[in-house]
Amino acid sequence: MKIKSLNPNFRRSLVTYGIVAAAFIFIQILSGAGLLTSSLSGQLVPICAYVIMAISLNLTVGILGELSLGHAGFMSVGAFMGAFVSVCIKDALPGWLTLALALLAGTAAAAVVGVLIGIPVLRLQGDYLAIVTLAFGEIIKNLLNSFYIGRDAAGFHISFQDAPSLNLDETGEIIINGAQGITGMPRSASFTLGVVLILITLFVVQNLVDSRTGRAVMSIRDNRIAAESVGINITKYKMIAFTVSAALAGLAGSMYAHNFSTLVARKFDYNTSILVLVFIVVGGLGNIRGSVIAAAALTVLPELLRGFSDYRMLVYAVVLIVMMLFNQSPQIAAWRRKWAAKLKSRKPDGKKPDGKEA
Amino acid sequence: MALLEVRNLGIAFGGLHAVDKFAVSIEKGQLFGLIGPNGAGKTTIFNLLTGVYQPTEGEIVLDGKSIVGQKPAMINKAGIARTFQNIRLFKDMTVLDNVKVALHNQVKYSALTGVLRLPAYFKQERVMNEKALSLLKIFDLDGEADQPASSLPYGKQRKLEIARALATDPKLLLLDEPAAGMNPNETAELMEIVRLVRDRFGIAILLIEHDMSFVMGLCERIVVLDYGRVIAEGDPEAVRTDPKVIAAYLGGEA
Repeated sequence: MKIKSLNPNFRRSLVTYGIVAAAFIFIQILSGAGLLTSSLSGQLVPICAYVIMAISLNLTVGILGELSLGHAGFMSVGAFMGAFVSVCIKDALPGWLTLALALLAGTAAAAVVGVLIGIPVLRLQGDYLAIVTLAFGEIIKNLLNSFYIGRDAAGFHISFQDAPSLNLDETGEIIINGAQGITGMPRSASFTLGVVLILITLFVVQNLVDSRTGRAVMSIRDNRIAAESVGINITKYKMIAFTVSAALAGLAGSMYAHNFSTLVARKFDYNTSILVLVFIVVGGLGNIRGSVIAAAALTVLPELLRGFSDYRMLVYAVVLIVMMLFNQSPQIAAWRRKWAAKLKSRKPDGKKPDGKEA
Repeated sequence: MALLEVRNLGIAFGGLHAVDKFAVSIEKGQLFGLIGPNGAGKTTIFNLLTGVYQPTEGEIVLDGKSIVGQKPAMINKAGIARTFQNIRLFKDMTVLDNVKVALHNQVKYSALTGVLRLPAYFKQERVMNEKALSLLKIFDLDGEADQPASSLPYGKQRKLEIARALATDPKLLLLDEPAAGMNPNETAELMEIVRLVRDRFGIAILLIEHDMSFVMGLCERIVVLDYGRVIAEGDPEAVRTDPKVIAAYLGGEA
């Protein structure tokens, strides 16, 4: 009993790592055999980025229980910070070190922005919090859209107007050029790196959830008043969850940036936030493994159904509604339980049903 | 010095004095009852004692320290734990995890230790599991440790709330209608458990309850509230025969 009560979470985590590793090997074999279309192999790094996004958003929405509609904002902070660091140091340092520093910088920058936004936002609850996160996502996008930074012999120049107002001398170069974004990152992100970062993200989130900290966060989700009554510092744990979530989104963004030679802030708009939200709703709120599978599947599917790509958002909407019904409707929940019970009784190996599947 | 000293406690919502000049003194290890008709302000007093509401006047002193103005989490750390009239479990978490959440301030390790799975994580988790399971055993809930809390029947949910409150290692436990919705067998069993908890943990218990046989059979001292004011206080026999109490419950002039 004592050991069993620890085991299910750990076992579940192991299965998730296994699924990611198996998918990695499968894709590598396909790729080695030349069976991947070029459009699909070009999607591999973005898929990894979206998987990390989904896992990290699930920490805020599924585990902390606060609806965030501005997650793409943190991704863009990570992407631009990572790209900026890369462009600045790529000539001075070896490629792997540049990439590692860029990933760290992107993660750290998003974490800092997460704290800054978390302070006002986490005072709110429910719909209000969702609306304000939506606003912050748009604010970040618009700020980056009009953000100019350049470098010359005198150092860095920053402007929020236009490129000429940077007043660069003749040796200067513009690094971030407003709405035209940032160019010249080394395209050093690879599928292998993506999978490694997914595994790191899974390790962080799954271990965090299955710990003292994670339980405190989930208790706030389930019942805020009761959580306070047993001595949980609500503000602190909301902040931890929100910041880790933002930091991981920054990591995803930073990796994403290193898959392209040009990056613009427009890419990280409301639609991207909603897209990631769709992944986690389809995968199941609070279900980390579901997020991974849904994010990968829903990014690959449009590629496979190219002819349908015009209707992609329509399909997403329909899938979202169907999944909500499937997950929440009492009748369907009863129907699912009935089938689960039937399936269980069919294999009478005396295995006790271990409560709910995550 | 009593464990809990409440003096002149009052709260007004607009012009309504929900609680007015409430005073009580609870000794260590005492079983104390708080009764009164519906709307008398009993739960409001619990909310004042646990920091959910801030009193407009008065003093609350626990173990020699004033706790007025502190947040609920701090008051819990200071030594007051409670259950709720409308059950508030962490319903999507397992029965075991509900208790482990409450061990938050008893068994500690940092978030980083948890993420990196350092040796302290395994050690402290083992301590937590043992403590939580031994608490669940008292309430005969150890068999359901792995079930989600929401799957428990009503009576067991009430018991789990008490187990969870006890896990915070309180000096004073507040029970808000612990026997509500229980059948006579469950109520009798609960009485035994409450006594056992008091004896084993040596804590004081203040409880609100409408089941008079439960209150009279269990509590050593009772305070009666009506319209936010104390109308009687004493041992069960004195309270039962007090004409003001009878009038408050049955109506009519005292």
